[in-house]
Amino acid sequence: MTTTQPATVPARPSDPRTSPLLTVDRLGVRFRLRDAVVHAVTDLSLTVHAGELLAVVGESGCGKSVLAHALLGLLPGNATVTGRALLHQPETEPVDLVSCGQRRLARQVRGRRIGLVPQSPATALNPVRTGRRLLGETLRAHGRDRGQADRLATDVGLDPADLDRYPHELSGGMAQRLVTALALATDPPLLIADEPTTGLDRPLVDHTLDLLRRRCDAGAAVVLITHDLAAARRVADTVAVMYASRVVEHRDGGDFFTAPTHPYAEALLDALPDRAFRPVPGHPPMLTALPVGCAFAPRCPRRADSCERAPQPSPVGAGTVACHHPILPGAAP
Amino acid sequence: MTSPQHLLADEVRVAYDRQVVLDGVTLSVARGETVGLRGPSGCGKSTLVRVLALLHRPDGGRVSIDGTPVTGVRYAVPVGLRTRVAVLFQSPRAAADPRLSLTDLIAEPLRAVRAPEPGVRERVAELADLVGLTPDLLTRRPHAVSDGQLQRACLARALVHRPDYLLCDEATAMLDASTQAHVAAVIAGYQRTRNAGVLVVTHDEALMDRWADRVVDLAGEVSAPAR
Repeated sequence: MTTTQPATVPARPSDPRTSPLLTVDRLGVRFRLRDAVVHAVTDLSLTVHAGELLAVVGESGCGKSVLAHALLGLLPGNATVTGRALLHQPETEPVDLVSCGQRRLARQVRGRRIGLVPQSPATALNPVRTGRRLLGETLRAHGRDRGQADRLATDVGLDPADLDRYPHELSGGMAQRLVTALALATDPPLLIADEPTTGLDRPLVDHTLDLLRRRCDAGAAVVLITHDLAAARRVADTVAVMYASRVVEHRDGGDFFTAPTHPYAEALLDALPDRAFRPVPGHPPMLTALPVGCAFAPRCPRRADSCERAPQPSPVGAGTVACHHPILPGAAP
Repeated sequence: MTSPQHLLADEVRVAYDRQVVLDGVTLSVARGETVGLRGPSGCGKSTLVRVLALLHRPDGGRVSIDGTPVTGVRYAVPVGLRTRVAVLFQSPRAAADPRLSLTDLIAEPLRAVRAPEPGVRERVAELADLVGLTPDLLTRRPHAVSDGQLQRACLARALVHRPDYLLCDEATAMLDASTQAHVAAVIAGYQRTRNAGVLVVTHDEALMDRWADRVVDLAGEVSAPAR
């Protein structure tokens, strides 16, 4: 087991010893459709430190992937982004990823400062290039030795011989490992991994997670976007739970898995097969028609009149929870 | 003499080109039981599911349903026999026809056997309710729903002919914990009410422990009952 103990977590949200690498401040993302507005990310604030592995978890469609794409400027033209996302750099001014413009993102950020493992490798790979050629292009563009291709493949658990195949000749799991190798080729200080273990069997899932963990232990930061709570439990220092476009709980990983404070977080953990195996009752709201108050209230066993006002994140231990009636450690249920 | 109540792959052998994937594999799923199937990547789990689902003709051995041997695959199998086995795949995006609304996706197997339309509508509504799809979702096409919603529709489609055997090939692997628990509960509920046989392929040990009555290791022996 490589599960980290809370006592040795290198970067808690309030830990002053490590410097923030990314500060997201009241980030909002909306998509304008013909007859509706999708609120994909609302009022989202997060900090990621060097050496920290942050897992962003939540049900499908809660806005996890949009967050990743917003940070990298990869949203489609109908998106409006508000707020700030500061990427801190040694010895220079931080870059605001929201306002700095595509040119700067392309030249200085994407691939160099922030790597992305995209969610669906089948659509991310150029179909007319072999894996070796794709890796070679990336390494050369970043002034690195192309001879590293075999080592990168081995690191992600891919047989170097498979680099000579074209994407359509790879299984889903092999393509997944190839996009992970491509993202790691430039050794970015921040890696955003969007469902990096999809299509992998358990030993390879663990292999990939441990690889991400080792990057953090070596000083890089990783934002792991995943629906797989078991994966988050294995490697995360901190966990952010998203529900209906907002972060509802952001805690130390160990604290979160032993004592979640947001009723939604508790319900989600109860759905795990090694816990109650009970689905969260009801359905998440549509992002085009979010309620005015707490979006979880209609499904919540602890709801009260006060839930008609949107709860703001408030401190709980070293983290935050956005709930009027959180489950506080030690309090009677 | 009563015939056995199980879906049986008997000494099944499958090779792709010269690569032998299954070499004399025997697996049975009895009515009323949930069998877990596990094994390393590439050991032939999905191939075995395709053989049992009558989608892939084995190069050796045979498949039988409640003692009736099946010869041929797909449309070569009489409709009354082939509709008794249904399958739920890992990726609903790959499985679902992107041109069909969720209603048509669920109704298609009934219309394929020329079931009367009023009954089709009724059955679709009943199944949508069972799997937790709201009416406003049913008019949408796959691109406009989430993976979890689409997999629920695929489950409704799999159950539309009331199969005696349901094969789930990593069917909940890409679902969030809540949707996974819900889909598993729907399948377990169906399994009890129909006394159906269910085969669950998964890498998730916790899910296997929770769900399967017994576990079979492919490329290995039958292990002890999970519970």
